[in-house]
Order: sequence, then C-alpha cells, then structure tokens
Amino acid sequence: MSTMIVRYDELPLNVTDVLRYAGCREADAAALDLLYACWDELRDGLTNTVCYDEFPVTVRGTLCDFGRFSLSSDDLAAYFDGCDRAVLFAATVGVAADRLIAKYSRLSPSKALMIQALGAERIEVLCDRFCDEVAERYGASAPSRFSPGYGDLPLAAQRDIFRVLDCTHKIGVCLNDSLLMSPSKSVTAFIGIKEKKAKL
Amino acid sequence: MTFSEFLKDNIIYLDGGMGTLLQARGLQPGEYPERWNLTHPEIITEIHRQYYEAGSHVVCTNTFGANSLKFDDNELENIIRAAVENARTARAAVSADRPRFVALDIGPSGKLLRPLGDLDFEDAVAVFAKTVQFGVKYGADLIVIETMNDSYETKAALLAAKENSTLPVIVTNAYGEDGKLMTGASPAAMVALLEGMGADAIGANCSLGPKQLRGVAEDLLRVASVPVVLKPNAGLPQVVDGKTVFDVTPAAFAEELSSLTGEGLRVVGGCCGTTPEYIRALTAATATAVPLPLTNKQRTVVSSYARAVSFGEIPLLIGERINPTGKKRFKQALLNNEIDYILNEGIRQQEAGAHILDVNVGLPDIDEPTMLKTAVCELQAITDLPLQIDTADVAAMEGTLRCYNGKAMVNSVNGKAESMHAVFPLVKKYGGLVVALTLDEDGIPETVEGRLAIARKIVDTAAAYGIEKHDLIFDTLTMAVSADATAAAVTLEALRRIRTELGCHTSLGVSNVSFGLPSREALNGTFFAMALASGLSAAIMNPFSAEMQKVYHSYKALNGLDPNCEGYIRAAESFAAAVPSAQTVTASPLTAASELQQAIVRGLKDKAGETTAVLLQTTPPLEIVNGEIIPALNLVGEGFEKKTVYLPQLLMSAEAAKSAFESIKTFMVATEAAPASAGPFVLATVKGDIHDIGKNIVKLLLENYGFEVIDLGRDVPPETVAQAVIERHAPLAGLSALMTTTVPAMEETIALLKEQAPWCKVIVGGAVLTKDYADKIGADHYAKDAMETVRYAEQVIG
Repeated sequence: MSTMIVRYDELPLNVTDVLRYAGCREADAAALDLLYACWDELRDGLTNTVCYDEFPVTVRGTLCDFGRFSLSSDDLAAYFDGCDRAVLFAATVGVAADRLIAKYSRLSPSKALMIQALGAERIEVLCDRFCDEVAERYGASAPSRFSPGYGDLPLAAQRDIFRVLDCTHKIGVCLNDSLLMSPSKSVTAFIGIKEKKAKL
Repeated sequence: MTFSEFLKDNIIYLDGGMGTLLQARGLQPGEYPERWNLTHPEIITEIHRQYYEAGSHVVCTNTFGANSLKFDDNELENIIRAAVENARTARAAVSADRPRFVALDIGPSGKLLRPLGDLDFEDAVAVFAKTVQFGVKYGADLIVIETMNDSYETKAALLAAKENSTLPVIVTNAYGEDGKLMTGASPAAMVALLEGMGADAIGANCSLGPKQLRGVAEDLLRVASVPVVLKPNAGLPQVVDGKTVFDVTPAAFAEELSSLTGEGLRVVGGCCGTTPEYIRALTAATATAVPLPLTNKQRTVVSSYARAVSFGEIPLLIGERINPTGKKRFKQALLNNEIDYILNEGIRQQEAGAHILDVNVGLPDIDEPTMLKTAVCELQAITDLPLQIDTADVAAMEGTLRCYNGKAMVNSVNGKAESMHAVFPLVKKYGGLVVALTLDEDGIPETVEGRLAIARKIVDTAAAYGIEKHDLIFDTLTMAVSADATAAAVTLEALRRIRTELGCHTSLGVSNVSFGLPSREALNGTFFAMALASGLSAAIMNPFSAEMQKVYHSYKALNGLDPNCEGYIRAAESFAAAVPSAQTVTASPLTAASELQQAIVRGLKDKAGETTAVLLQTTPPLEIVNGEIIPALNLVGEGFEKKTVYLPQLLMSAEAAKSAFESIKTFMVATEAAPASAGPFVLATVKGDIHDIGKNIVKLLLENYGFEVIDLGRDVPPETVAQAVIERHAPLAGLSALMTTTVPAMEETIALLKEQAPWCKVIVGGAVLTKDYADKIGADHYAKDAMETVRYAEQVIG
C-alpha cells in the first residue's frame, strides 16, 4: 500500500476541552462569547485532512522495525507489545488557525489564546476520530496513539515519518528545522494493531 | 521551433505521472526518486521515451524534489545533469515527427515559507535558483514549476527562474477541493501574480481528478490571457487488494480534458496515477481539436495571498490611513517601531469596507526601505486585502515589491522620464498595477489636454517596457478648489477622457479638493460623487469617514451596483452610529470614571477607549492611569492570582486597558506631552522557537503597567537580544521558550547577556520551564505567568 488520504467534514466541538486549553476551569458567559466568536472565524477555514499508511511491525529489544524504516525507543517498543502491524498517520486542520493566531497575537491576545485552544481541540478531535475508525476497521488496536516526543521517542523520528508518508506532498504538512510542524495544528502518530482482522 | 513559438498556436501535450511508474519498477516509499536518474538511468529514459511515443511534446525531467535542501550541491548537479541527459536521450530515440521539448521540472521545496513555516522567502529563491542554474547549464528547453500549494513559494520559484534563465516557464498549482491553494489563493489570485511576473502558461496539476478540477480550469480560462494548463491526477486513489489504484480510466480522462480544450485549454497532461496510456488516449481524443486563439483579457487587477481584486466592476475604496502625513500619533508609532499600531489601522480599515490598503511609512528620520518592507510583510500576514505600496524611494519600492505575496498596487509613477525609467523596470519584473500621476518635468498642466498628453506619454513609455495599459491606473491629481476655481472641473474632465479615450482605469485622492476651506467633509463627499459619476474606478480615502461612505453606498445603489440595495441598507446602520457620538461627549466625566473601571474589568475594548477620551477632557492623564486603569487592572490581576479570574478574561481586560492607554497616547501626542514610561524591558522568544502567544501576553500586561517594551519577536538569535539590551541599557530582559528543544538557545542567550550586559536581570518563562530549570540555566527569575513577570518588573524597575 502507499500513503492514502482521507478528509473529514466538520466534527462536533467539545466546548469543555476548548475552555480547558484556554485556561478556564469553568465556563462563564464572557469566555463562551469569546469562544463562539472565534469559532465563527475559524470553522470555515479548517481542512481536517489525514494521510496514513500501514506497516508490519517487529519489536526486537528496543528496536521497532517497520520494514521500510526502524526506530529505537523503549517506550515505543513497550507500546507495540503484542502488535503485529502499525498504522502511521499525519493529520492536520490546515493553516487557518495559524493565520488567525498570527493575526490576533498582534491585535487581540485573548482571541489568539482562544483560537489556539480551538485549534488544539480540533486536531485532537480529528486524531480521535481517525483512531476510532482504525480501531473499528481492524478490530483491536493498542490503547490511544503514540507520537514523536512521547516518552523516549525523540522528535527526530519526525524525519523518518515525513519521508515514508510524504506528508508534505500528500497533505501539505511541512517539517521545520526545529522538528516542529507547519501548519502547527498537525499531529503525527503510530497506532498499534493487535490482531489482524481486516485491511484498510 | 522554440517552445515559445510552438506554444502560440498549438495544443501542447505534456507527459503523465512518474512516481507511480517508478514505484511499479521497485522505488520504495521514502526513497528519493531523483537519485534514480543516476542509479537507474535506463528506467528513467525508458519512461520518458514512452511518453514521447504516446504523443507528449514535453517531458518533465525526474527532478521534482531536486533542490539544495535535500541534496548537497555536488549531488544536486549530478542529479540534474543526469535527469536532463535521460530526457534528451529519450528524445533522440524517438522519431522527429513533431516538436519535442525537455522541461526542467521543479516541485515544492518541502518547506512552508515564513511566517507560516520557517523558510525565509529569499532563502527559498536561492534554493530554486540553484536548481534552475543547473537545468539551464545542462540544456533544458523550458522550466515547469508544478504542484505548488502556496502562492508565496510559487512566487519564489518563478522569481528564481526569471532571474537565472531566459527559458519559458510553465507554472501549475495544486488546488484543493475548495478550488483554492492550501494557503488560500484562488485561481484568479494566482493568475494576477503569475501573469504579472511573466509566466508563459499557467494552470493546475495534481491533487484531484479531471472532473474535480474542471471548476478551477474554467476559472483560470475566464481570467488568464496566457495559455491555460491542466495536468490532473487519474482521479482519486483507492486501495484495492492492498494496492493503490486510481478511479479514472484513460478514456474517461481523455474525454474530460478533450471537452476542456473545446473551452480554450491549451496545455494538457497528467499527474499522479496517469501513464503513457492516458497520454495516448488524450492525444487521440483531441487529434482533430482546433486550439482556440488566446485572448488578452485586459484585466486591471491586484492580488493578495488569497484573492484578486479587479477594477471596473464596482468603484473600489483604497484605505489611506496607513500614512504618517498629518498624524502625530502615527509618526510616533513609526519612530517607536510600534508595528501593532499599523496592523491595527489596517484591520480597522478592512472592517470599515476598504478593498485595498495603501501603505506609506515615509518619514525623514526613518529607514524607509526597511520599515516599508517590514510593514508590508507584517500586514500581508494578517490581512487578505491587496496592498498599495506607496513610496517615492525606489529602493524601498523594489525591496517591498520583491517580498510582496501577490500583485501589488504601486503608488506611483509620473510623466517624468526619471520616474518612468526607475519604476517601470520594477513593475515589469515583479508585476504590479501602477498609479500614474499626470504630471511631468513641467509640473501639473492646468488644462485637460495637458494632462491627457502626459497620460499618453506614460502609456507609450510603459509599452516600451512591455507593460500594458491595463496595468496603469491614472490619477489626474486633485487640486484645492480654494486656490483655483476650475481645479475640480479640470481634474474630473481629464479623468473622464482618460477613461473613455485611453480606456484606462482611474484613481483619485479626493480630500485635497477641500484644502483651506471649512466643513471639508461636505466638499469631499460631493467631489467624490462627481468623480464617481465621471467614471472614477478607485478612490484613495478615509474609510472611517461617514460622509464618504454615504456617498459611496448611495452611488452604488443609484447605479444598479447594489442588488436590492442590500449594501446600502447594511451601511446605513453605521451612518447613524457614525454621527459624532453625542452621547459620549455629553456623558459626565464623573460617571465615566467608574464606567472606565467597569469597562476594563469586563473587558470592553471600545467602551474603555471611548470612556477614556471623555475623561481626558477634565482629568490629567496620569490621574486616569493611577486612579482608574491601574486599580481596575489590579482587581483583575489579583483575581487571576487567586484563580477566580481565568486567562481569557485577564487578557480581555488587558486589551480594554490597552485601548484606554491608546486614547491617552493619542491625547498626549496631540498635546505634546511626553508619555511617562518605565523600562525599557527587552522581550523575545528565543532562537528556534516560533511560538509567541505567551510572550505577547506578557508584553500586553507590561505595557498596561506602564513599561516600555522592546519586542524583538520570535525566533530571535542571542546576539540580537544582547545588542538590544546594550543599545538601550535595558535593566530587564524577558525570554520565552515553549519547547524543550529551544531551552539550550535560552541558556545561550542568558550566558551572552551575563557576559556582555551584566547589569541586566533576565526573567524567563514558557511551558517547558520550571523554577529549578530556570536556576540551572542562570536566569535571575522564573515567572510562572504574565502577572508574575509584571510583579518582578515592578520590583526591579519600579
């Protein structure tokens, strides 16, 4: 298989999470007004795109071998314990959040903060939806997902991920020299598959 | 026959996909296909040969990702040499029954440009320049820039092609399902940018199948004067039995493209998933097609990173407020490098209905080339309105046109030989719509004929530089009617005749007409109405003027340019609101006092600014700051520290306080009182880190508490921080880092400061930092949030 692309329409908004990311422990009217004003500006610009591919995975000690590339990490090896395959994906909600954050950083830091929180919530929701679909199609999968930067898996693993998924060409996500991604509301992660039941 | 000659009257066939064919022959995902030029030349040559035999006039070298970010210079040169050779070998092996060309293929750099990503525009130009130089050296016949999903990167690549070769250039972009590039550009915006810079053919490739790209192709055909190109994928990829297949057959592919050649499409080919079979089907299906002649659309248009704005449909409003002339507060903002003030003026004008923003930062004491470029780059990151670059400094004009993300409006050229010879070459190179003033070495003619004669001279000289008249917009110069009773009539008649006789669009700055007279708004409004009736295409005006807005919306409604008078009805609400705020003026300063505190606590930005303006009529500024603003801020700040107020509310209050301070600054500049401030406090996000929300929050609060903040921005090298601290002998520097990977840069910055500016206290903050960590890297203080930074600054400086 080669890298596939999937796009999603707007996913349901989790207001509690957005407020939490913005530093509010409870919803008050002013914060909610701000949240919805920002949401109106952001929602049409979101792209919700994922690219992914499937790899066999063999764990030998701390080495996780995916056939076309391998990574050495204790925590990733533990994550893949009992898995025979991995889905590797990159997801992004696009540049709209970055543009608005850049704009409001200069003009209204409260809006910048709220759009930042919305963007963080949007990319989480997108990843959750994709992971749920993978779990559904494959039967059992490992709990949650595993990204570069978790545990002892270095951010440098991004270089391999970008190379094998061709994220830049497929969904327009670029890797910066500091190993962060542009658009910033993007995630790369592995999903471990425990039992081979179905193919994507 | 050269490619340019062949392009004039023929339908041109490009080739199809390369990646899919290489994968079928063993290329592994993640392996660089460009290296196969050297390791598997026979396979690459064979694929090129198959495309030529299937009917391609042009094959693209296997150099999509061949750039200096991926390969060192030596390998890059070898790859491009081999790639061109492989294509030429393939060409030599097929019969010479039709013209065949070798195109140097250039794909995206793989990086997103600043400010969205971390690749500098000039660095991008340099990356593409290397690829172009090698392509030229080894004998490519033309250049194909393809699959670009960002207008700015496309501009960098085309600029590199133009600066390093004389070869024809085809440019195609990757449009998404919404018909736009990933970073937002519409087809019309791309045509404005690329035609302005002299692309020879413009189009779309990749991302979607021929059916889904039909809309984009039709949009391009509507506006492009150069040949339009389409290279779709073979539909959308699907996985069947673990293999990727595309869902459009060669026959269906050919049929769809064939119907588009009937609509004027002139250059066709395929992208991902297409094979020689698709090209064969395509050439067969269009064998008898007659290429439609190209038509010069003669569009007068400017663009931003996202959209094109064209002249002639409705009169356009060019916001004039970003200009220091006659504005004390603006001058102060420029001298203090307060870019935020300029950005705010830009966004407010956009909200008031401006279609284009004029940007003028010319002041005697200012480095105009640097400031203009900064202002334009910052503005184009936050607004999608096209900008008008307004300067008499040719170096400033060139530097700014170069980095402008779109086709700019250029203000201005005039009939003086010196002016035309300086400005036209820049417009030819970078694209642009030039405002042409009807004056020359002999001044401004008093007669209509005189101004028309200059306009004709400008049209002819522009043509000699290869600039068409639809890229000129004439300003017949508004003079004060108080000095010359016929001034307005001459200006308007010259305008009408340029519109009808020369067929050019026109623009005026209207407010000069009332110079020296009372109630200037009344004269300006009427003159604006008369100019619109004489065929004015655009006005440089104050979008906040209710009088001008009334005239504008009335004119549109009365001329059938406003269906159902919807625009008029919407605008009418603000006409009422714009009546001088009698309410606030009569409000008692006594109630305003408590109102101001409330407005700040509740985070009401506009109310805080207005209430402060009322208070200033009776209360000294310092008293307002100490008696109203600071107590209100303290109330919110203490709430935040006690966790009864959350961050968004703290920020909204801070913004309201900032708006109150803005009123005070404006008042103090007008009364020439020096604003009091403590500091300076040098602030930066450290090198490598592009996150600056936290830093901006700290800045806002510090300013609220009266500190002068020197904001160095994000991704700031240690040397720049040290230099700023030394220059101003700053007692305090604040550094922010969000990522563990950039904390070493913070440590390095602190070490440099301790060495070169030992008097300066360094306070640090950011998501990954802790008190222990801050101590370890040598910081004087760790602040867990913005309020704590303020408290520490008060201790050190206050």
